[in-house]
Amino acid sequence: MNNKIPNNRAWLLVLPMLVLVAFSAIIPLMTVVNYSVQDVLGPNATFFTGTEWFKSTLNDPALQAAFLRQISFSLIILAIQIPLGIGIALIMPKRGWQASAVLILITLPLLIPWNVVGSIWQIFTRGDIGLMGWGLRELGVNYNLTRNAGDAWVTIILMDVWHWTPLVAMLCYSGLRSIPEAYYQAARIDRASKWAVFRYIQLPKLTNVLVIAVLLRFMHSFMIYAEPFVLTGGGPGSSTTFLSQSLTTMAIGQQDLGPSAAFSLIYFLVILLVSWVFYTTIMNMQKDKPPHGGA
Amino acid sequence: MAEITLKGLAHSYEKTPQSAADYAIRQMDHVWHQGGAYALLGPSGCGKSTLLNIISGLLEPSDGDVLFDGQRVNELPPEERNIAQVFQFPVIYDTMTVFDNLAFPLRNMNTPEYRVKPKVLEVADILDLTPLLDRKAKNLTADEKQKVSMGRGLVRDDVTAILFDEPLTVIDPQLKWKLRRKLKEIHERFNITMIYVTHDQLEASTFADKIAVMYDGQVVQFGTPRELFERPAHTFVGYFIGSPGMNFMAVDYQDDQVMFGAQPLPVSEPIKRAVASASSNNIKLGIRPEFMAISSSQTTDSVPIQVVSVQDLGTYSLLTFKLNGQTFKARLLEGHPPVGETAFAHFNPDKVALYIDEYLVETGHE
Repeated sequence: MNNKIPNNRAWLLVLPMLVLVAFSAIIPLMTVVNYSVQDVLGPNATFFTGTEWFKSTLNDPALQAAFLRQISFSLIILAIQIPLGIGIALIMPKRGWQASAVLILITLPLLIPWNVVGSIWQIFTRGDIGLMGWGLRELGVNYNLTRNAGDAWVTIILMDVWHWTPLVAMLCYSGLRSIPEAYYQAARIDRASKWAVFRYIQLPKLTNVLVIAVLLRFMHSFMIYAEPFVLTGGGPGSSTTFLSQSLTTMAIGQQDLGPSAAFSLIYFLVILLVSWVFYTTIMNMQKDKPPHGGA
Repeated sequence: MAEITLKGLAHSYEKTPQSAADYAIRQMDHVWHQGGAYALLGPSGCGKSTLLNIISGLLEPSDGDVLFDGQRVNELPPEERNIAQVFQFPVIYDTMTVFDNLAFPLRNMNTPEYRVKPKVLEVADILDLTPLLDRKAKNLTADEKQKVSMGRGLVRDDVTAILFDEPLTVIDPQLKWKLRRKLKEIHERFNITMIYVTHDQLEASTFADKIAVMYDGQVVQFGTPRELFERPAHTFVGYFIGSPGMNFMAVDYQDDQVMFGAQPLPVSEPIKRAVASASSNNIKLGIRPEFMAISSSQTTDSVPIQVVSVQDLGTYSLLTFKLNGQTFKARLLEGHPPVGETAFAHFNPDKVALYIDEYLVETGHE
């Protein structure tokens, strides 16, 4: 049976969406693509350069270093925030006014703008007036994030953990709340240990929210800009200069439009690629393995 | 092997129950014998699941004792009682294979692997799960999942009772029948006490040897399906069992006669005497739709009725009629002569039951 009515005016219905996407994504992206293959010297003086900018970006030792720092940063904060978030969600009260109170307290860091978070921690860690900086100094710890790269890293990671672990915790909390009581009852009857309950009931049921949490946290942390910029300005030296800050310096500071366009595209593709690989891997883990021996 | 005794058991979800209405389970005594197949039948919210959870230990009763073979187990958590429970919605461990799911309770007890495997294979064989053993449990159909959760109860050697909490709710009708037969088979093979909660009388009577009918937090009758049908001990049982349920008439005693409103009823002598001497005003006569004879001509012991409708249900017809303004149902067998608008009903005197304050009063006939 084929009762489709051919009517090309239906395309008109798609048009508004197309226009919207064109202006919000396709045109800006294409502008960047356009810049990435040209040397822009002035409004009317552009030269086609082919893949030159891509090659130079990929071979730039400073950018390679920033990329490694970026990857390490994202991996470290994921390794801390995901388990910590799950842990917090597990010990959060389940009902009553305590549950609401804890939820509000936990959400607070999420409501603070990035720049403000940077400023808060900048002041917090100052040796003369900051509680943490002063406290550590009084305890005899030689802590100075403007001089010591290790201190700067620890502080940035601490700051990110403080700012974003609540997001992971809230996602996990909602995931845990949606597990029917019968699962816990069945587990008790099956004599499952606390660990087994976590490993075989809670964790599997959290898979979906954890995929979201890891993807969000990865993308967020891979693009981190304002907080370290305000806190350390990328220093000491370039020890906390991450990719987005390198890009800003290149595009705004030095007005290198061509190389920074190439850089942006590579940056974008890396995030896309990592997210895709991660998502596909997790989704494949849930499928049945193909039967052995071709049965 | 376990005989489960409930002694003076009562449960309330309130911390300080004020009245009888606060109790989900009212004061009750009950014995489930070793190896029996029992059903716990009742409408939603009558306390069936509460009772089941008390037996399994998921809930601690507010009053009274739960005894396993005479041992008080009130304080024992479910993991220390030798019972298994199957829930309304199948509980499976998503990330594990069917094999690992079935092996889970054994592994939790640190059973050596060489003993786990044969046991799991045996149970899988009984439940027809063998071809699925390598599959992830997550991707099974609802009935397969429910079989897996039953299987987890069966693998343990120490299980003496399996409790089912409406396990077939999410199963397709055709498969329900198959699974129920499987349960019966398992029961015969393992000699395990089984208690099966349901609100479906057909499910209860096909599965169980004896049915406990629960109403309003109490077991109002405990008997074979036949007893429940023929001698309902409580008006609720009469109404709940059978389709349609029992007809009831609120009667009183006037001028040496049992009156249903303005209609004198021809009843047996013992019933008449019992009605005459009853001290309560709540007196009802119950008669099942199966035990009425409808005819077009009057006899000495029949009463005139107004026929409302006749519904042909295939093997029998259902006659709806009015008597004294109240609606009644009667069953007419196939081939029954057609009845006009007015007809006469004859109540089989042996099958008329007397209820005072909703409970059956034995009158000695039959």
